[in-house]
Amino acid sequence: MAAVLQFSLRTYIPGSLEVGSFTLANFTTLLKPLYARVFIDTVWICFLTAASTLIIGYPLAYALVYVRNAVAKSIILVVVVTPLFLGEVVRTYSWIIVLGNTGFINSVLLKFGIIQQPVQFMFTTFGVVIALVHVTMPVMVIMLAAGLSHIDRDYRKAAESLGAGPIRTFLTVTLPLSMPGVVAGVTTAFAWTFSAFATPQLIGGGRVNMVSNLVYQLGFASFNFPFAASLCVAGLALTIVVLLLLRFAARPFTNIGPH
Amino acid sequence: MLLTLGFLVLPSAVVTIAAFNDKAMLSFPPQAWSLRWFARAIAYQDFREGFRNGLIVTAWSSTIALAVGAMLAIALDRYRFRFKAVLEGVLLSPLIIPHFTVGLGFLILAAQIGWARTYSVVIVCHVVLVLPFVLRSVYVSLRNLDQRYELAAASLGATPHRVLLTITLPLLLPGLISGWLFAAILSFNEFTASLFVTAQRTQTLPVAMYNYVREFADPSMAALSVMYIVGTAGLIVFANAFLGLGKVLNVEQSR
Repeated sequence: MAAVLQFSLRTYIPGSLEVGSFTLANFTTLLKPLYARVFIDTVWICFLTAASTLIIGYPLAYALVYVRNAVAKSIILVVVVTPLFLGEVVRTYSWIIVLGNTGFINSVLLKFGIIQQPVQFMFTTFGVVIALVHVTMPVMVIMLAAGLSHIDRDYRKAAESLGAGPIRTFLTVTLPLSMPGVVAGVTTAFAWTFSAFATPQLIGGGRVNMVSNLVYQLGFASFNFPFAASLCVAGLALTIVVLLLLRFAARPFTNIGPH
Repeated sequence: MLLTLGFLVLPSAVVTIAAFNDKAMLSFPPQAWSLRWFARAIAYQDFREGFRNGLIVTAWSSTIALAVGAMLAIALDRYRFRFKAVLEGVLLSPLIIPHFTVGLGFLILAAQIGWARTYSVVIVCHVVLVLPFVLRSVYVSLRNLDQRYELAAASLGATPHRVLLTITLPLLLPGLISGWLFAAILSFNEFTASLFVTAQRTQTLPVAMYNYVREFADPSMAALSVMYIVGTAGLIVFANAFLGLGKVLNVEQSR
């Protein structure tokens, strides 16, 4: 980390790996529209991914915790956890096959005559977000399930015995009490998406750029390590700010948790 | 809910179909089936070397991370010392710091001390990345460990050294094993940081796969993915049966 920080303050000498004197120029370059745009896109993609993952993942986490059938539970658990250990490259590659112009979804839709032209998923933000949601889903479900499983059963029983229906019980008891899990899940999903590299690189194909791709390009295509380092520092600062904001915004909810 | 499960399974299912497709071009449904892409994937030199490099890096980094992580977890749990919160923060920071930042940092560092292109830098980088997971796993089992066993042993005259070897470590064993397994799987799959710190000679399997996807489009990669999926799913089912995944991940309903 210290190495990155120190490099971010050095000037870049074209054509050389050696670095010059200390400067803040790298950070002012960051404010150019080209680079600022990438930062805004990145935060937007992270936000979209975290929100979609939360909405889709919540029912699954709920099922994982409250399903009684042991076999169903194991199946859910294994299906949820396996993608976590598959690695970004394998999963991204799979999504290329699913989303490509001659890929699975387009072939099926064309065959049934639902569409005449292949839908363009590759190289779009939508395609990148689909794949990223898949990448972050396991962590989200695990975090949500951990939050849900720490809720004392008696709270729900009390609500029910006082005459609340299942929906009311969920909205007024379970959901608020699961907020710590939600905050943990969203935070982690955000940080993971920010860190993603292979997915935007391969599915975005240069059209959708995230900070990670820019850092790689600068490092390995133009060998501008000082500027790449300052991008990293700015990215890290951005992540920390967003995470703190999230935590701050969620404070009223987390305080009423059982612990 | 079933839709979500379907969403999670879909890519793996599609890749499996694609891997057995005889033609080099993707098409659904496949016209003919074959196993030749599996043979191609196994024979491909970069994949073989990547697999071997990955095993070397994983074996070293997960073992080092386990040793270091277990010691640090015990220190953090049992002792009070200055800068304890700082140490904890530094050790857990790789969870938040993007992997490309860690990778770039190690690359710059390695270039400065002349370690670039060696296994050591890859291994050290992986140790740093998986350490938080080992730490957490060992820490959780330390918390669940009843300290009275240790006190009983000590009161019966065992030296601290003997207590550690005969009481603490055996009781921690499940936590140590799951931490090690977790670290090994993560290290073997780590891609982003590895891309920065590996060279042609030290590239791990995910890096080799990434380079392959960028250059070629034939289903060898799909075949390799299937082997990957089967291997990983096997490990997970095994872990679920013998270690109780729900307990390790802390998602069991509390009563």
